Amino acid sequence: MIDLALTIRNLLRNRRRSFATFIALAIGTAAILLFGGFSANIKLSMQTAYVRTGGHLQIQHRDFFLYGSGDPTAFGIRNYRRLIEEISADPLLQQQVLVLTPTLQFGSIAGNYEAQVSRTVIGLGLVARDYNRMRGWNEFDLPQTSPPFALDGAPADAAVIGTGVARVLQLCEALQVQGCQARSVQAPVDAVALPDDIAELALGETPANTPMKVGTAPRLELLASRVGGTPNVVSVQVIRAERQGFKEVDEVYVMLQLPQAQRLIYGRDDAEATAVMIQLRHSSKMQDVKARLETLLQGASGGQPLVVLNFEELNPFYVQTIGMFDTIFGFIFVLIGTIVLFTVSNTMNTAVVERTVEIGTIRAIGLRAAGVQRLFVLEGSLLGVSGAVSGALFALATAAVVNQLGLTWLPPGSGDRLPLVLLVSNVPTMVVGTTLGLSLIATLSAWLPARRAARLAIVDALRHV
Amino acid sequence: MSFLDEPDNELENTRPKASSASRDAEPVAEVTAVDKSYRMDEVEVPVLRQVNLLVRTGHFTVVLGSSGSGKTTLLNLIGCIDRPDQGKVRVAGCDVNSMNDNDLADFRAKHIGFIFQNFNLLPVLSAYENIEYPLLLAGISKKVRGKRVPKLLDAVGLGDRAKNLPGQLSGGQRQRVAIARALVRKPRLVIADEPTANLDSHTGAAILSLMRHMQQRYQISFLFSSHDRTVIRAADDTIHLKDGVIQSIKRRLGSSAPVAPAVDPDEGESA
Repeated sequence: MIDLALTIRNLLRNRRRSFATFIALAIGTAAILLFGGFSANIKLSMQTAYVRTGGHLQIQHRDFFLYGSGDPTAFGIRNYRRLIEEISADPLLQQQVLVLTPTLQFGSIAGNYEAQVSRTVIGLGLVARDYNRMRGWNEFDLPQTSPPFALDGAPADAAVIGTGVARVLQLCEALQVQGCQARSVQAPVDAVALPDDIAELALGETPANTPMKVGTAPRLELLASRVGGTPNVVSVQVIRAERQGFKEVDEVYVMLQLPQAQRLIYGRDDAEATAVMIQLRHSSKMQDVKARLETLLQGASGGQPLVVLNFEELNPFYVQTIGMFDTIFGFIFVLIGTIVLFTVSNTMNTAVVERTVEIGTIRAIGLRAAGVQRLFVLEGSLLGVSGAVSGALFALATAAVVNQLGLTWLPPGSGDRLPLVLLVSNVPTMVVGTTLGLSLIATLSAWLPARRAARLAIVDALRHV
Repeated sequence: MSFLDEPDNELENTRPKASSASRDAEPVAEVTAVDKSYRMDEVEVPVLRQVNLLVRTGHFTVVLGSSGSGKTTLLNLIGCIDRPDQGKVRVAGCDVNSMNDNDLADFRAKHIGFIFQNFNLLPVLSAYENIEYPLLLAGISKKVRGKRVPKLLDAVGLGDRAKNLPGQLSGGQRQRVAIARALVRKPRLVIADEPTANLDSHTGAAILSLMRHMQQRYQISFLFSSHDRTVIRAADDTIHLKDGVIQSIKRRLGSSAPVAPAVDPDEGESA
C-alpha cells in the first residue's frame, strides 16, 4: 500500500513530466484503437458484402473456382436439388443455415440490337427470393443496408444489369441511370428489328406463361453456348441497373432469374447449378458447418468431385485487403509501442537520476534492492495503465461521436457511399489487447531504469548531488 | 512506559537474546583491521587504513576529523551500507561481512537508524509518514504504528506537525523528524553523519541536545561524525581520525556522559 502511495505521489510530484508521458500513452492508444476501429469496419463491411452476395460457403465442382471463369457451365452440379434437400434435412445444419440457394454462372454476349451494340457479359442466375433474403444479412449490425433485390417478384424474364453494362449497351436513358454519360461516337444504326433467326431462338426459350411485355422495359438478348456447343438466345427485359463496386465487374454483370438462366444454358435438358450458396446465421460457425458439409458431401455428391469453399477462399481480394489492414495496424502498433517505450523509459531514467539520494536513503533504512525496483516498475506500470486506459476511453468516446455524425465515404469495391463507422467497442479483444499491450510495454520500459536504480551502491546514491 | 518497551510484533527483535547487563557489556560495533579505498578515475585512494575500533553500547560516540579524514566511510561501514576491502566489521554481535545484500538490508532495518546531514526525508511523505515508513517496511501492525509514531512525534516536539510535508518544515524540524525516523524501529545503533552541519549553531545545539536526550532516554547507542567542536562536549567517547587512521580514542568513565546543557529544541530554529 505504501508502495502505491509513494508511486502516485512521486508521479504527481513532477506533474508536467508525468502528464506529458501520460498524454503520449493516451494519444498512442487512441490512435491505435481508432485506426483499429476503422480497419474493423472495413473488415466487417467487406465480410458483410461478400456474405450478402455469395454466402458464407459455396458448394462447387472441385475445378470451378480455378477454371470456371472460362467455361462455367462445364463444371455444373448435377442433381443439386437433391443435394439441397439433404442439407436442409440435416438437423445440425438446420440450426445454422439461414439461406441455402443454387446459382448458375455463365458467360454470354448481351446485345442491344436496336442500338447495334453488344458486349460479353458474365451472367448469374439466382433464386430472387433467396437472394433477397441473403441481402438482408447483418450479423454485425452495420448501418449499411442493401436495397431490395429488384428481381424478387419480377417477371420470369426480368434481368438486372450493372450500370457499366447499361452504359456500354446504351440503356442509361431508358433505365434512368444517374451520372451515365452518353458516348460521343454513336454506332451506325442500320437495322431496327431483331433478325428473325435470333428472334426465333429467343422465343423458343421464353417461358410460355411469361408475357414478353415488349415496350415496357428495354430488352437485351443474351446469346450463350449451350452445353454441347449449340448457340442459344434468351430475351430479357432489363428492369434495373445496379452499380457494382469495380468498374470491371460493373461492365459485365447481368443477373437474371435462375430458371431463365438455366433455359439459356441447358435448354430443356436437366438443369444444373454452378454453385450452392449457403448463408449462415453466425459467421463463427462457418468452420463447423463447412466440416459438416464435407462429411455430408461424401454420401450426397452422387460421385461428383464437389468441394466446400468459404467466402475467404472465394474472394482473395478480401483476404489481401484484410491482410493489408492488419499489417498497417501491426506497423502502427509497433511504431507507437516504440514511442511509448522510449517515452516511459526516458521519464523513468530521469526520475531515477532525480531521486538518487532518496533511493540511497530508503535502501539505508532497510528497503531491499528488489523493493526499489518494484517502486519504479510500479511507477511505469501505473503511467502505462492510466495512459492506456484513458486513451481507450477517449477512443471509445471519439468513435461514438464519429458514428453519430453520419459521415460517409466511398470504400474501394463499393458502388455506393457508405457510412463512416469506427467499430471500436464492437471489437473488445482489440480494445483490451491494445490497452494491455501498451501497459505492458510501459511496464517493461520502466524495468531497466528500475533495475539500474536497484543496483545503485547506497553510498554512491547518498553522495549524489 | 516508553515506546521501546512496547512489543513490535512477531517480526520484531532478532537481537541476540542476552541479559541487559551482558548486552550492555559487549560493544555495539567492532571494527577490526579494516582497510577501505575508493577508486577515483584511474587512481586508488586509500580512505581507511588498519582501523580498529570498539563502539560502546549505550554511549554517545563521536568520530572527529577534518574533511576527507574517513569519518563518513567509517560510519558507512559500521552502518552496513558499505563493505570493507579488508578486515572485519561486527555490529550488534553479528558479522556483517558475511551477509548478502538482502540480509544486510533486513539487518539495517532492525538494528540501525540513520540521521543524515541533509535530513534525507522522503519529500512526498508527511512527517508522520516518514517516521512510519520503516515500520511499514518491516510489516509492523497498524495498531503498533498508530501508538508509536505519535509518541515519537511528541517526543521530538512535532506533535502538531504530523501532516506537514518536509518542504513545509524548517531545517531543525526536518532533522527532528529524521531523528524520530531513526529511532522508530528501536535500533541498537543510530548512525548520524554530521547531523548538525546544515543547521545554524543554535538549531544545531538544539538538535544535539535532543539526540542526547533521546539517547539517554531510550538507551540507544549513537555514533556521530562531526568536525564541530561543540559536539565533543556532549560525547561519551571521542574518536579522532586523521588521513584514515585513528589518532586517538578518548572515553569518559562511567556508563554515560552528563547531559549536554539543556537547550529548548524549538529555540532559535531558522525557518
